[in-house]
Order: sequence, then structure tokens, then C-alpha cells
Amino acid sequence: METYTWLRQFADSWGLLFMTLFFIGVVIFAFRPGSREQADEAARIPLKDD
Amino acid sequence: MTNGSYIVGLGLFAFVALMGAGFAADQLFAQHMWVLFFVLVGATFVLIRRAQFAPVQAPDPDAYMDGPIRYGAIATIFWGVIGLTVGVVAALQLAFPDLNIEPWFNFGRMRPLHTSAVIFAFGGNALIATSFYVVQRTSRARMFGGDLAWFVFWGYQLFIVMAATGYLLGITQSREYAEPEWYVDIWLTIVWVAYLLVFLGTILKRKEPHIYVANWFYLAFIVTIAMLHIVNNLAVPASFVGSRSYSLFAGVQDALTQWWYGHNAVGFFLTAGFLGMMYYFVPKQAGRPVYSYRLSIIHFWALIFLYIWAGPHHLHYTALPDWAQTLGMVFSIMLWMPSWGGMINGLMTLSGAWDKIRTDPVIRMMVAAIAFYGMATFEGPMMSIKAVNSLSHYTDWTIGHVHSGALGWNGLITFAALYFMVPRLWGRARLYSERLVVWHFWLAMIGIVVYAAVMWVSGIMQGLMWREYDEQGFLVYSFAETVQAMFPYYLMRALGGALYLAGAIIMAYNLTMTILGHEREEEPIGGKSAAPRPAAVPAE
Repeated sequence: METYTWLRQFADSWGLLFMTLFFIGVVIFAFRPGSREQADEAARIPLKDD
Repeated sequence: MTNGSYIVGLGLFAFVALMGAGFAADQLFAQHMWVLFFVLVGATFVLIRRAQFAPVQAPDPDAYMDGPIRYGAIATIFWGVIGLTVGVVAALQLAFPDLNIEPWFNFGRMRPLHTSAVIFAFGGNALIATSFYVVQRTSRARMFGGDLAWFVFWGYQLFIVMAATGYLLGITQSREYAEPEWYVDIWLTIVWVAYLLVFLGTILKRKEPHIYVANWFYLAFIVTIAMLHIVNNLAVPASFVGSRSYSLFAGVQDALTQWWYGHNAVGFFLTAGFLGMMYYFVPKQAGRPVYSYRLSIIHFWALIFLYIWAGPHHLHYTALPDWAQTLGMVFSIMLWMPSWGGMINGLMTLSGAWDKIRTDPVIRMMVAAIAFYGMATFEGPMMSIKAVNSLSHYTDWTIGHVHSGALGWNGLITFAALYFMVPRLWGRARLYSERLVVWHFWLAMIGIVVYAAVMWVSGIMQGLMWREYDEQGFLVYSFAETVQAMFPYYLMRALGGALYLAGAIIMAYNLTMTILGHEREEEPIGGKSAAPRPAAVPAE
């Protein structure tokens, strides 16, 4: 198979699936139960200093 | 002796430049190497004069390293004024062709000088300086690598000088936003790797357990720009002592590589990096945490996942395969979501403190910057839709769009960050004058609105004239007629740019006076109570 064809097929199958799942994982991780306190604490980092 | 090894190194580097000038394969390379030689010899003499023989105390390992940031702030102001001035000159050259002074100062050489000066010299220095400022303060750690940060600063200035002088001499590889030739590209790669080391090293030695989101954006910007720069500049030099190189790619692959680079220069240099600024300086100036930290995480991942695919929208209706054009369009439209999520996150940080827009001109500037981020990232995806693009492409509308993003978002957020950083970096109680910030704000604002509105009218007119057919199928207008019709708009565009430049010059004056330690006697901004009045004390 040509390199182009192979890359093209990989990109719109497994590549796309991997990136979609990764992104959904990020969203679930960001909004997982109990993340609010951690996020609020992280948001205060710039205000702690000087 | 301090600086000993640096002096020797610079001297050797200058000698290499001299050899390059002597053995040059073409005249342009020889001229460019002479420029490099004199710059390096000058730098060597400065270092020799500044050498100290007394024992030097090691710096406090817990104190922040602010020297390169101070220099970076000054460089940002300096290059900002230069880049905007060149922009106004280039705008006038379009209106009055007699201003094209051959050969060094014709429009073809002034345009890349303008774009590189504002994007890489002004924007790049702002990004390097603020990233060093933010990463130390959110990691609560001194910068990693000792003098490496100084190398990043001076190495980057050398890159700017070599790029700028190269354009004026006529050395270019004609790739949009990546015009410098192969040897300047190699130098930038070295500097950029050092930058990555300093930034990443500081994050690794942080005392704060969490990596603040602004650093994620800065890191994405540094890593992605490294990747884009290397791939886009893969080229074979015609000679190792010559100024010409040939791209590794050809035809449509070359075009796509260029716009994959070009659009991600916008996405990661002008967006991700400046979002890092937004996520630190807006909460600092407002004195409250970012509206939603979790939204900022989604913003980050969505932005970097989508932006990288949007480049093909610059090649609509070209030899690029149709599916790739559609892919670029679809990903551009999807970018609406993270862009507007980020804009809402930045603006809502002020919820509960909206009165600061009235009383704090720096906050006002930040809010305007974020609003322009929202507007430019709305307009961009709209223009990437093929039907819209068939009208807008190659017209002044594109130029107007770029400038509403660059002047409105990048310019204003950088000015606001400078107004925040400069008094703190030099230990001043306040800015020299808040009223001059108000002047700067309104001059910039009117300048942007004039510029963008004029370019909409001019661009849409230009596009409509190009596609106007008569009933027999002939084009109605010749190209020269469209150029003639745009003359009044070119004049007004130059006026808009001049207003924006005037604001930047006021800022340069204001910040210079702040650095020198002056404070202007002035009425406080309306709505803000003057000195707190002593409460009435009841008589005993």
C-alpha cells in the first residue's frame, strides 16, 4: 500500500478514534466528582504570590 | 573574571562570521555575514567592558531571576514601536507608490519586516518575558539554567536583527511568516531549544504541586512552535556559505506545509501563548481567580486538538485535494467552541468586579483584548467557510481580520501585561500615569475600529469587483481599476494604524517614566475615590 493511502486510512480511523477518546477522557477527568475543590485551589495559585 | 568564557565564545563566533563573509558564495551572504560580524564584535566589546574582576556573589537560589524579564519588557516596547512604525510606512507605500525606495525599502521587503517585527520581535519578546515572569511566580521557583535565560534573550534579539537585516538586503525563502533563510533558521532552533530547557526546567523544579494552566498554554506554544519551525524550514542550502536554500517539499505539499505552519503560527504563537498571558495577568489585575479552572482545562485541550488541523482553509479552491480543504474548514468552525469558551472564561473572571472596567484602565484594556479575541475568532471560522472564502480570499478583508486579532487581542493583552509587570519589575509603587493609559486605550481602540471597518469595506468591494461579470460573461473591471478604487481606503487604513502607533508611543513614554521612577501628579480616574477620607471621629 502507498504511504499516502496508509497514512490517510490510519488518520481517519484509529487516529481519529484515539484523539476522540482522549478528548472525552480529558472532559470526564476535568469534571470528575471531587475535582471542584482541587480546581478552585489551583485557580488561586497566581494570587498566592507577591 | 566574569563573562570570560562568554567573551571567548562571542569572539570565536564573530571570527566564524568573518570567515563566512570572506568565503561567501554570493554577495548577499557576504553582506549579511558582515552585519553579523559587526553585531558580534560590538557585543564582545560590551561584554569586555562589563567584565568584573572582584569575586561575584552567587545569586540567592530562592529569589526570582528578573533581569532577562526587565530586558524583555524593554525589548517588547522597543520592537513594538518599530514594528508598528514600519506597518504605517508600508500602509502609506500602498497608497503612494513613490514611497517605495529601491532597493532596500520597497514594499516587498518592508512587508515581511513589518510582519516579523510585530509578530516575532514584539509578540515574541512579550511571550518570552511574560512566560519567564509567570512560570517563576506560579511555580514559586527561580528560573532554571542560570545564565541560559540571558542566552535565550540575547540569542533571540540576534535572530531578530539577522532576520530584519536579511529582509532589507533581499534575502528571503518566501515562506509566509518564515522568511529567514536556512542559517538564521538554524540559529533560532538553537535559541528555541534553550528556551524550552529554561521553561521546562523551571516547571520541573517547582515548589507548587500543581502546574498552573497558564504554564500549560506557554508550554504548548514553545513545543509546537519548535515542531512547526523545524518541519516548515526543512530545506537544502545551495551552498554552506550561501544565502539560498531549496525546500524539501514541492508543489501542493509545499503549500500545505507552509499553511500548516502559517496557521499554527497564529494558533500557537498568537493564541496559545497569549492565552497563557490572559490566564495569569487577568486574575492578577482583577485580584480574583479565573472564572472556571475546569473550563480552562477543557479550553486548553480543545484548542490544541483542533487548531493543528485548520491550516488547509488558507488553500481553498487550489490544487489541494477537496477533502483536505473541507477538513480545514470543518476544524476551523469547530474552533468556535474553545475560542468562545476561553473568551467567556476570561471575561467572567471579572464577574462581581465589573466596576473595575470604569476605574482601572488596565482592566479595561484586558477586557477589550478578550473581546477582540472573541470577535476575531468568530470572524476567522466564518471566513474559512468555502462560500465566504470565495469572496474574502486574497482581498483586504483578510488583512482586516488579521489586524483585528493582532492589534485588538495580541496588542492590547501585551500592553496590559506590560502595564502590570513594569512597575513590579522595577519596584515602583505605581505607573507614572494612569491617565496616559486611558489615552493609549482610546487611541488604540479608535485605531483598530477605523482599520478593521475600512478593510471590511475595501475587501468586500475588492472581492465583488473581481467577480463582477457582464451579461456576455466578460469581467467588468480590470485589476488596475480595483486598485484605484481602494485608494481612499488605503489612506484611512494608514490613519487607523497611525492612531494605534500614537497610543504605543504614549505607552513607551509612560513606561519609560515609570522605569525611571517618576510619578505624575494627576487626578484619579473618575469614579475612584481619591485618597481614603478619614472617617469622622465623634468628639469625646
